[in-house]
Amino acid sequence: MSTVLLGMPGLPPASPRGTGNLRGDEAFPDAARSALGNAQLRRNIAHATTTIRGKRAAVVGELPHWEQLREAGRQLKSHTMAHLDEYLVQLEAAVTARGGVVHWARDAAEANRIVTELVRATGSDEVVKVKSMATQEIGLNEHLEAEGIAAVETDLAELIVQLGHDKPSHILVPAIHRNRTEIREIFLREMGDAPADLTDEPSALAAAARRHLRRKFLSARVAVSGANFAVAETGTLSVVESEGNGRMCLTLPQTLITVMGIEKVVPRVQDLEVFLQLLPRSSTGERMNPYTSMWTGVTPGDGPQEFHLVLLDNGRTRVLADEHGRDALNCIRCSACLNVCPVYERTGGHAYGSVYPGPIGAVLSPQLTGVEDNASLPYASSLCGACYDACPVKIDIPSMLVHLRAEHVEEHRRQSRTPAVESVVMRTLSWVMGHPRRWTAAARMGRLGRLLRGRRGTIGALPGPVVGGWTSARDLPAPPTQTFRDWWRGQEDQK
Amino acid sequence: MSSPDAGSAREEVLGRIRQAHTAAAPQPWPYDDIDRGYREPERATALTGEALVELLVDRLVDYKAVVHRCAADAVGETVAARLAGRGARRVVVPVGLDPSWRTAEVEWLTDEPALTVDQLDGADAVVTGSAVTVALTGTIVLDAGPDQGRRALTLVPDHHVCVVREEDVVHGVGEALTRLDTGRPLTWISGPSATSDIELSRVEGVHGPRLLDVVLVGS
Ligand code: SF4
Repeated sequence: MSTVLLGMPGLPPASPRGTGNLRGDEAFPDAARSALGNAQLRRNIAHATTTIRGKRAAVVGELPHWEQLREAGRQLKSHTMAHLDEYLVQLEAAVTARGGVVHWARDAAEANRIVTELVRATGSDEVVKVKSMATQEIGLNEHLEAEGIAAVETDLAELIVQLGHDKPSHILVPAIHRNRTEIREIFLREMGDAPADLTDEPSALAAAARRHLRRKFLSARVAVSGANFAVAETGTLSVVESEGNGRMCLTLPQTLITVMGIEKVVPRVQDLEVFLQLLPRSSTGERMNPYTSMWTGVTPGDGPQEFHLVLLDNGRTRVLADEHGRDALNCIRCSACLNVCPVYERTGGHAYGSVYPGPIGAVLSPQLTGVEDNASLPYASSLCGACYDACPVKIDIPSMLVHLRAEHVEEHRRQSRTPAVESVVMRTLSWVMGHPRRWTAAARMGRLGRLLRGRRGTIGALPGPVVGGWTSARDLPAPPTQTFRDWWRGQEDQK
Repeated sequence: MSSPDAGSAREEVLGRIRQAHTAAAPQPWPYDDIDRGYREPERATALTGEALVELLVDRLVDYKAVVHRCAADAVGETVAARLAGRGARRVVVPVGLDPSWRTAEVEWLTDEPALTVDQLDGADAVVTGSAVTVALTGTIVLDAGPDQGRRALTLVPDHHVCVVREEDVVHGVGEALTRLDTGRPLTWISGPSATSDIELSRVEGVHGPRLLDVVLVGS
């Protein structure tokens, strides 16, 4: 402990450079520009997000207590983050008592090293994987590959991405940028055992994936998973999924290694009643996802007889140290904010660079890495507020974006790279947008619309090199006198 | 275990959390003050009796599960009809399944001694009971009890015939959690295996059982 306290009153470190997938190769405006030129991509994403928005609205509308659930989710998460150290220690004790082994990883490199050593110890050179954001974040597959261990993704969308030599573009549906025709072509070209008469019917494509992975599941000795929730009180881990690939990985192999961000802990079993209602309705627009698995340590005679839990920091404690940004840790990765975001819908997920795209990515990635490493992401938003309205745990992403922009401008000012006039305008905007009531008032009166409107009626007048770059790359009409929110609703109605 | 400074990683992460809390003091938010306002409307809208069962049937059918309602003394024949309807001949059963439920003329594979994965893969179907069922979401929960067996049994065979007793049906997720012991491995099943990965539309049938027959037993 003393070694740590020496650093006080500094801040915990951000996710170090060099390992993992939190940083893109190019800034958002550049990456977005090429995406905006890809009509097929935009059509695929618009089709999928339109479908899911409709389904989500229907199942959310069924629950009379939806707003109370969201509020409870928000409070539960805030409470947990305020006692995070206590809950992690409690979780560790509970998992250990049930025969599991808990490991702690300060960053991506350490987590990768731990997992590699655990796999090596089993003698296996192959692992089956359940889709997990945490392992994508740390670049586990690439690391294992370099160490001579094959990582087989078993989620259908991940398989599509892996076979297509592609990158994930959505938290929940990493292959959302592909339509059925493209998926059929990828399967025929890359799968090796796809039937020659494969059609582009989704059921036929799913059946091909089933056949392709079956042997792997039945013979796998080691699985790597993430976790949606971990209950501190009992040590119970939970994975929420659809296809049954999660169950296969969590049940059949002898050894299970779960990599989990430290923010995934929840206090008590009963709290799952909140999250198990919020998550499926928000993510796939279902009343409940097909399969949810819960396990506690090792159960003799049932499932893996060796269980390891890797608790990952990798910049999360840095986020926790920011009063205005820490709510980003409350995210349950439902992806509802992506599906309602007008910017995401037009650019897709790849433009964000990090494995976390969309509105949540725009606030989480720069905080995990430090804003200087993902400086353009906080500008990847029109601040329309749709993400806030959709978020099942009520994360105020728009306010957080404004906070991060201010932080970025401040950082530039400190390095005196930004002319003073721009930072003044930016800070005024931040002041207006930083407070919900001021923001609403200003926006309602149309002042902000005029402030932001460019010569050609597009949003092109935001100051700063990065902002200017991003806004000039897109073709959103500016709201003349409407609020962004009203404008977005209007856009929706036109569909 | 993995590296000499594994212990210090633990201390350092915990230390960083405290450091973060010092840098930005969290708002005190006692657990007992968390607003559970969702519970009252949930209770107020909860159904009972036949209405509850009808809600469950509606939800299950919506997921493309097939539902058969029967009386307590007709489970054996209902199960037999479901197995015959799908042409199942080799059928897996957990050790504790009610013997009166397994009257069908098929080859029964009892999980004792434990069946191998290949034996499970070679079976046509599995018949089990269930622990609790949530009507509102159409979710059947298995808790690996004697009439359900270990998790692999209901995962590998392609056809799952699941017996649900009406007295085990509850309205919402919260009620189900109070009845369950999370110390046991739990599997929450809502319809046959499915995916939303292609254009975000739900398609039934991927790695888990592609056919789910629910036998709903009146109380
Ligand atoms: S920020 Fe909210 S809406 Fe977005 S993925 Fe996280 S929980 Fe879902």
